Amino acid sequence: MTAVEFWGVDILFGGGSGRPGTPAAQALDMLDEGRTRDEIIAETGVVVGVKNANLKVEEGEICVLMGLSGSGKSTLLRAVNGLNKVTRGRIMVRHGDKKVDVASCDAATLRVMRTQRIAMVFQQFALLPWRTVRENVGFGLELRGMSKAERNKIVDEKLKMVGLDKWAEKYASELSGGMQQRVGLARAFATDADILLMDEPFSALDPLIRTKLQDELLDLQKQFQKTIIFVSHDLDEALKLGNRIAILEGGRIVQQGTGEDIVLRPADAYVKEFVQHMNPLNVLKASAVMTPASDMRKLGDAYAIDWQDRRQLTLDADGSPSSATIGGVSAPLVWPERDGVEKARSGDVAVVSPSMLLKDVIELRQITGNSVVFAEQGKMVGSCCEEDILRALSSDAWRETRAAS
Amino acid sequence: MDQLQNWLSDNKIPIGDWIAEFVDAINGNGFFDAVSTGLGALIDGFTNVLESVPPFVLILVIAVGVFVFKRNWKLSVFIALALLFIFNQGYWTETLETLSLIIYATAVCMIIGVPVGIAAAHRPWLFNALRPLLDLMQTLPTFVYLIPTLVLFGLGAVPGLISTIIFALPAPIRLTHLGVSSVPEPLLEAGKAFGASKSQLLWKVELPHALPTIMAGLTQCIMLSLSMVVIAALVGAGGLGVPVVRALNSVRIDMGFEAGLSIVVLAIILDRICRPADADKRKV
Repeated sequence: MTAVEFWGVDILFGGGSGRPGTPAAQALDMLDEGRTRDEIIAETGVVVGVKNANLKVEEGEICVLMGLSGSGKSTLLRAVNGLNKVTRGRIMVRHGDKKVDVASCDAATLRVMRTQRIAMVFQQFALLPWRTVRENVGFGLELRGMSKAERNKIVDEKLKMVGLDKWAEKYASELSGGMQQRVGLARAFATDADILLMDEPFSALDPLIRTKLQDELLDLQKQFQKTIIFVSHDLDEALKLGNRIAILEGGRIVQQGTGEDIVLRPADAYVKEFVQHMNPLNVLKASAVMTPASDMRKLGDAYAIDWQDRRQLTLDADGSPSSATIGGVSAPLVWPERDGVEKARSGDVAVVSPSMLLKDVIELRQITGNSVVFAEQGKMVGSCCEEDILRALSSDAWRETRAAS
Repeated sequence: MDQLQNWLSDNKIPIGDWIAEFVDAINGNGFFDAVSTGLGALIDGFTNVLESVPPFVLILVIAVGVFVFKRNWKLSVFIALALLFIFNQGYWTETLETLSLIIYATAVCMIIGVPVGIAAAHRPWLFNALRPLLDLMQTLPTFVYLIPTLVLFGLGAVPGLISTIIFALPAPIRLTHLGVSSVPEPLLEAGKAFGASKSQLLWKVELPHALPTIMAGLTQCIMLSLSMVVIAALVGAGGLGVPVVRALNSVRIDMGFEAGLSIVVLAIILDRICRPADADKRKV
């Protein structure tokens, strides 16, 4: 089910409400004529934050808004809980059976959405320095008017969740950055809101802590299945966390899709630039680099699974791998996904699913010393030898071949 | 040139006359007399209550009270010794009169100043409108508005109180404004994002953040009020200013310094009591 929907959202700064006659209205007209940001600011003094954003965020997914600073990603995020006013368009947020347009609802409804439906985690943590960790985590509940006893029960639970139960009576300034952001996370989780807005929550942390908190967030997400809209300027982070990624440039969403979509089929030069600077191992799946079954050389009954024809694979009548030979000597087949990776030994031929991440395929290749075979529902669909992997990583070839297919 | 000079000096703008007429106009309907009588009774009443307590009992009560609130026995001992010094110098009654005047002046200043400061922080136009008025209140020589207050309220503690309030009020207004308007934007956004209403935002985010600055305003207000005791004494307000004025008129160095030191000691006591205990943990 869709949790948040952006319908043609324009966000302008300065120039009033956008009613006819205001500079904002003129800026909207100019936007519709396809004029650029610079032209609009020069003529009307209005800054275009976001223009015509359309995006659907499904329940339980992490949607990452990605872009450089000034691309409008934070602006769009902050419109979901009304911190930024939407000039035109709608943001529909599911609330029970209804959908509420947070861009146009009254103050009371907005307050209900903020206290019960939408919580937020900030880049600079935004903890109240005169409150203890416990009081900070209970802040949202306190604003809702919950009694202290009830509050403390929930707060203790959330503090345990982020591993800070021993720090409850400390002040925020006594904690390290990573711990402060855990308090921020606990504060957001405490309100039990289904939708979390995270505005570059890990950018202010050092890389090790950042990775750790990303892992913790993924763990929490497995447990709680929140709908998370996450702003990031780091593609590796976006690919690691995001079920769906939207890339913004100059206030426009230039591409949205899964991580693999973005990496394999960048929509324009801007996205390509981003993609070039990321580590492909974390997103690329084996299917992107393998030699498909149709391209594999046949040697009588057997298929060659390397470029030298030394390693060969025989299929049974159903097309599933039945035996393998290396230089004429029979080699055992293993299914690491079914039996566990530790079962694979040097000299084995591993059979795995083509949706396995490339980095795991490389690891298997290291363990077995042999090509890796891919099968889907029992049927052999391709194989991948050292050369396939090297070719894929050494150039943009994989990107281009996949984009063409 | 001469003609212009003559014309300018012949056609004096009657600002002084206007203000004098204005003061005359608002005077004499009994309102100010009533205020004067009421306030005078309040101040005298409080002074009488303080005076009715035996000095050593009062010193003990203050020292214990400070310990209860501040949890600092060194401060309690210091304050007890300082009060004993004043008693020793023979200015106990005057000190109580001054204390009473300062407590009333400070209370009125805070009751008016904090809400006005908050309102000004939320409305930039209001602060812009207030700023020249605040500058005027702080820079106009105190003797100048002592005269109309004297006319309106008669001799006694009340004109002293009013003049003190006019002089000290800008401090809490300015500092409250500073504290509330300097709340970091992310904290305000955190409040809004979790659904704080306007009043929750004020009570749970803005005021707690501004509290140290508002307390600085309170301390300043007390110090400014203390600096007015001598001037207040000129219009018959009583207190520690009286011996200072008398010493000046009769060239009594000894009396001047005794009373002056008592004022300083009282200032130090009040400053230590109002200073926040340990704000270090809560710093941003």
